[in-house]
Amino acid sequence: MAHPIVKLVAQRLALGLLLLLAASVLIFVGTQILPGDVAQAILGQSATPETLANLREELGLNEPVVSRYFGWLFGVLQGDLGTALSNGQPIGPALGGRLANTLFLAGAAAVIAVPLAVLLGLVSVRYRNRWPDKAISAVTLATISVPEFLLGYIVIYFLAVQWRLLPSLATVYDGMTLGERLYAIGLPVIVLVLAVLGHMMRMTRAAILNVMQSSYVETAELKGLRPFTIIARHAFPNAIAPIVNVVMINLAYLVVGVVVVEVVFVYPGMGQYLVDHVSKRDVPVVQACGLVFAGVYIGLNLIADIVSILANPRLRHPK
Amino acid sequence: MKDDLAKLVDWIDAGGLSRRGFLGRVSAFGLAAALGSAMLPGQARAEEPKKGGVLKIGLGGGESTDALDPGLADGPVAFNVNRQWGDTLVNVTPEKVLEFRLAESAEAGEGSTVWTFKIRKGVKFHDGSEMTVEDVVATFKRHSDENAKSGAFGIMQGISDIKADGENVVFTLSTGNADLPYLLADYHLIVQPKGGAENPNAGIGTGPYKVKTAEPGVRYVFEKNADDWDTSRGHYDSVEFLVINDATARTAALQSGQVHMVNRVDPKVAKLLSRAPGVKVRTASGPGHYVFIMHCDKPPFDNKDLRLALKYAINRQELVDKILDGYGSVGNDIPINKSYPLFDETLPQREFDLAKAAEHYKASGHDGSPIELIVADGAFPGAVDAAALFQATATQAGIPLVIKRVPDDGYWSDVWNVKPFCASYWGGRPVQDQMYSTAYLSTADWNDTKFKNKEFDDLILSARAETDETKRKEIYAKVARILWEEGGVICPMFNDFIDGVSETVAGWVDDPNLELMNGFASAKTWFA
Repeated sequence: MAHPIVKLVAQRLALGLLLLLAASVLIFVGTQILPGDVAQAILGQSATPETLANLREELGLNEPVVSRYFGWLFGVLQGDLGTALSNGQPIGPALGGRLANTLFLAGAAAVIAVPLAVLLGLVSVRYRNRWPDKAISAVTLATISVPEFLLGYIVIYFLAVQWRLLPSLATVYDGMTLGERLYAIGLPVIVLVLAVLGHMMRMTRAAILNVMQSSYVETAELKGLRPFTIIARHAFPNAIAPIVNVVMINLAYLVVGVVVVEVVFVYPGMGQYLVDHVSKRDVPVVQACGLVFAGVYIGLNLIADIVSILANPRLRHPK
Repeated sequence: MKDDLAKLVDWIDAGGLSRRGFLGRVSAFGLAAALGSAMLPGQARAEEPKKGGVLKIGLGGGESTDALDPGLADGPVAFNVNRQWGDTLVNVTPEKVLEFRLAESAEAGEGSTVWTFKIRKGVKFHDGSEMTVEDVVATFKRHSDENAKSGAFGIMQGISDIKADGENVVFTLSTGNADLPYLLADYHLIVQPKGGAENPNAGIGTGPYKVKTAEPGVRYVFEKNADDWDTSRGHYDSVEFLVINDATARTAALQSGQVHMVNRVDPKVAKLLSRAPGVKVRTASGPGHYVFIMHCDKPPFDNKDLRLALKYAINRQELVDKILDGYGSVGNDIPINKSYPLFDETLPQREFDLAKAAEHYKASGHDGSPIELIVADGAFPGAVDAAALFQATATQAGIPLVIKRVPDDGYWSDVWNVKPFCASYWGGRPVQDQMYSTAYLSTADWNDTKFKNKEFDDLILSARAETDETKRKEIYAKVARILWEEGGVICPMFNDFIDGVSETVAGWVDDPNLELMNGFASAKTWFA
């Protein structure tokens, strides 16, 4: 009974690892074809041919690309992400701290956004084509359509400058209590929730409406069940697969795509860290960040696949 | 008379006049005798600094890659961080006068080729050790070492020997330089224990605040140095820097009271911000300027008439009004303005003159093919818009100027100092010699206009060793005229430093050297 599922999951995992390896090659190649090199970027305007040559030698930039790739890959497999070229610090701890911050922000936003989106989707279906449905769609579509930085400025203007309810800066640092941290990230969480809500809500609504055409839903109606019970108990479980997929894409987005929000709210997450190092051509850091982002994407999609399999008896028991 | 006094008081409150300026004007009215100090308002009264409090400053221009090594400081945040924990031998005051800090005096000999600096005694580093003459020597030796990659390496190149002599440090120069003390005020040249040879990133210095937390690109915390050798500064218990690179987020943080000061206020919002309650906008006109640079050795820019045509075809006042929103002053195609000592006021201002532009363009015999100006947003704030305004006026003079916009990424390595015509900026230097030597001498690495003129070079070198100020001023006047007429630099404007300051902060003095009172805002201000 459990055997096919274990096999399926194992297949997916293996595929995921293969994808990650392919991503690592892409990341490595991508960072090699950027214009300029890290030595030039570090020295900036003060670069002279001699200092450039010295620095390239020191940073090992003169070795062939292939040997650098394998050296890097073996390091990563042993948990060593290397040292940042720009300031000579090991990447692991710095990256770890930033990743923890990013996951904290993304987690806080997801804890609010996912249940809210599903609930709003259910409510939309219950009152479809009536004013609650239209109001929910209008508001969520509006917030998803406004660029995030503008949403950020709007909430800063009202909630931080005018009414002074929440701080406009979301800087978090060691030594803050959980409560202080949650207070600090209030505004970015609001913006992120507004940014991802629409997509998940619309998908929930569409998936459930699709199921609502089925004959078993009609049966449930004829049985005399209340409309909301029909949606929540009979339609929703059969609509889980597409919803989970969209939820996972949005979670991945919350982790890897929030650099603009980080800049506006001065949040020390992965995005800003990556951008700073890209502009300095700090290749090891860019590669490490790229790998972490690829891992997050692949991992979350893997979860989505597995959940859809488990939620669907036909996939669970293949013939 | 009474109205005049009220006007002056308003002016002081608006930040337009210093206490000294106020007293000067009051005495001009013959009022000084009648004026008791009790009548003076807010800032004009000689205030006793109050101690205590946590000063928070929101800063743009910081990255996660910033290091504490003072030699590597290359952005506004790193500069301001240096100022908290470190001291230089000398400073340049807002009035452009030398102020001795870790050095007590300086003496020149042998045609300014040998400089002797007497080092202050009884100064303690943050780790409790006493600063010695050897520490000072080691500091300058480290910055002279190419491998240290110090931003002050260019300054140190002219120094052939540094040695300790009792309580003095003696610098021997390869050619005489009367400006050496000004050059040593450079913010990279912070004295560190053993010159920072063991750990340049330790952040141990003699400054008013000690480094407590340093999270590059995010946040810095400094606490008061209780053993500070200079007891007249450092009034706060602690100072916190928050790196806020987004200009809108920075002003919002100031308005919502989360920070007390911000640097780099966007000129486009400065006027609006100055109307916000509880906040003041402070400006200082410094040596920083924006430029369009032509390579004098590449066609078509190797033709002097074509260069002059472009110089006459730019409407400088329009650029100051529209790009800087008035927070700046017009440039005159030389990198020097009145913020420099020995500035020649008699050089005529080059006016916007389409007729002359057309005339010179015709004289150049240019074939009418498009002249390409390369710009990126990062060349200077508003560079792309400035180029568009330039294009519009040049077209009116019949000059076929076209704009090529490129990304910020790689601009400083692939375009600037490489392509024959592009936009750029200069932060300025403390003295004329350094500005010219950095970017206009034939031999300079950063000669970004490829300007090669023997007479010009000789004049710069002779001015360097000249100790008679009147004669130096005459030489610099000649230098300016050569560049003004022949050079490849189109300098449309000098930009002001624009800072935002909360009204709770007292003791602010505008400083034209650099932003945030030349980085000394935390050391010299206090909470009212």
